[in-house]
Amino acid sequence: MIELKDIHISFGNHKVLDGVNLEVKKGESVVVIGRSGSGKTVLIKHIIGLLKPDYGEVWVDGIKVNELKEKELNQLRKKFGMLFQYAALFDSMTVGENVAFALMQNTRMKREAIEKRVKECLRMVGLEDVGHMNPAELSGGMKKRVGLARAIALQPEIILYDEPSTGLDPIMADAINNLIIELREKLNVTSVSITHDMVSAFKIADRVAMLYEGKIIETGSPEEIKSSPNPVVQQFIHGEAKGPIPSLE
Amino acid sequence: MFLLFLKSLVWIFRPPFQFRLIANQMEEFGIRSLPVVLLTGAFTGMVFALQSYHGFHRFGAETLIGPAVSLSLTRELGPVLTGLMVAGRTGSAIAAEIGTMKVTEQIDALETLATNPIKYLVVPRILSGIIMLPILTVFAVGIGMLGGYVVSVYMMGANPTIYVKSSFDILYLEDITNGLIKAAFFGLVIALVGCYYGFYAKGGAKGVGQGTTKAVVVACMSILILDFFLSKILWGIII
Ligand SMILES: Nc1ncnc2c1ncn2[C@@H]1O[C@H](COP(=O)(O)OP(=O)(O)O)[C@@H](O)[C@H]1O
Ligand SMILES: [Mg+2]
Repeated sequence: MIELKDIHISFGNHKVLDGVNLEVKKGESVVVIGRSGSGKTVLIKHIIGLLKPDYGEVWVDGIKVNELKEKELNQLRKKFGMLFQYAALFDSMTVGENVAFALMQNTRMKREAIEKRVKECLRMVGLEDVGHMNPAELSGGMKKRVGLARAIALQPEIILYDEPSTGLDPIMADAINNLIIELREKLNVTSVSITHDMVSAFKIADRVAMLYEGKIIETGSPEEIKSSPNPVVQQFIHGEAKGPIPSLE
Repeated sequence: MFLLFLKSLVWIFRPPFQFRLIANQMEEFGIRSLPVVLLTGAFTGMVFALQSYHGFHRFGAETLIGPAVSLSLTRELGPVLTGLMVAGRTGSAIAAEIGTMKVTEQIDALETLATNPIKYLVVPRILSGIIMLPILTVFAVGIGMLGGYVVSVYMMGANPTIYVKSSFDILYLEDITNGLIKAAFFGLVIALVGCYYGFYAKGGAKGVGQGTTKAVVVACMSILILDFFLSKILWGIII
């Protein structure tokens, strides 16, 4: 359903992705792990066409994303929901207006129908009563949950999660993980998540892929990754400073 | 920046039209800038009358004060000073707001929600700038002429009837319309420059701050430079 073929991208002379290959099947939950600054966000932004590769191809549902015109790209994006690392809520709008945004912009739904859908989405993330609040009044965990509510408003088939649990306390992080699992089971969505939180990765993933030095160096089920012979993978999942990955640059 | 302008141009004429956003921006541009613009206009008119009195008094041409004030306000000082004040106030606010949206990924979020950021953010600001700057200029000129009148009549003892008559007799319609056309261009420049430096903000709060400063400086310089060329074109002045 999603396929990244040999993606290369540099910013200035800093090569971030150096031939990434990744395939995600329909209904699958793939988690990309990697260090901070390894290019995980850059990778995920290619899937939804926010970034275009210098070289390589991005395919979603048989459509080549990196060559789409704006109009077709927006059509395709309606299939997607994306949760940003810091939620990226529109701070000039209330929480309710944030969740309603895609419905107002992209559908001809009536006011009441939109309000109903907004309530539904907020209920799904356990935040029914904050619709009238401003994003600035919310805690980090609440912002992420609102971000999630906004991402699912158009009933996407694919959800991209940029570090859904990073920066949250362990209990909130687990609540978010459960939400992700619930969404997949209830709505049968395909998802690509990126994280460096191993607990979360192993919990939500059908398949884990590790990004290292601009390439996917290993993919497999959580079990396969845990028992991987690759010392880079082992060092990362056990969070050790000593090993083939330099800890200080 | 020119590219941003062309893209916005395309989107201005493409539905759906975001009337609510345009109204919000007109409030931001217009109502909120009005006090600053009025104050600037009033004192400019006053000081201009004061200074020209001293000048004209030397060769006994006090009756020219009214015409001098009204001509310079409509043709130059009104639009330019309004432009500069709004560039400082609203231009910086635009750059800061869009810059913040950029570095906090809100612009990316807009795109993932299938909304074009130029359509949603730039077009309403450009339209409000083009509409509101001439309106603000009318206020600035109006209150500036009033300020000039007050100073001339009450402080310098000018004859009120002659002052008013001479002020308006000298004006051609062209002086007013060309002044307002210039103001509309300045509105466009302020919005465009603000948006541009917002969109290219990089690297967190510091980047946003730098973008904001640049937006104000570039907008002010562009207004002054543009003013020269627009005046030359609009009045067909041949050097
Ligand atoms: N728009 C950009 N311009 C320049 N450099 C960028 C840009 N986006 C990301 N980078 C660089 O790419 C690298 C990877 O960033 P990112 O994908 O955000 O890492 P992470 O894995 O933590 O999500 C970083 O070194 C970052 O500085
Ligand atoms: Mg990231």
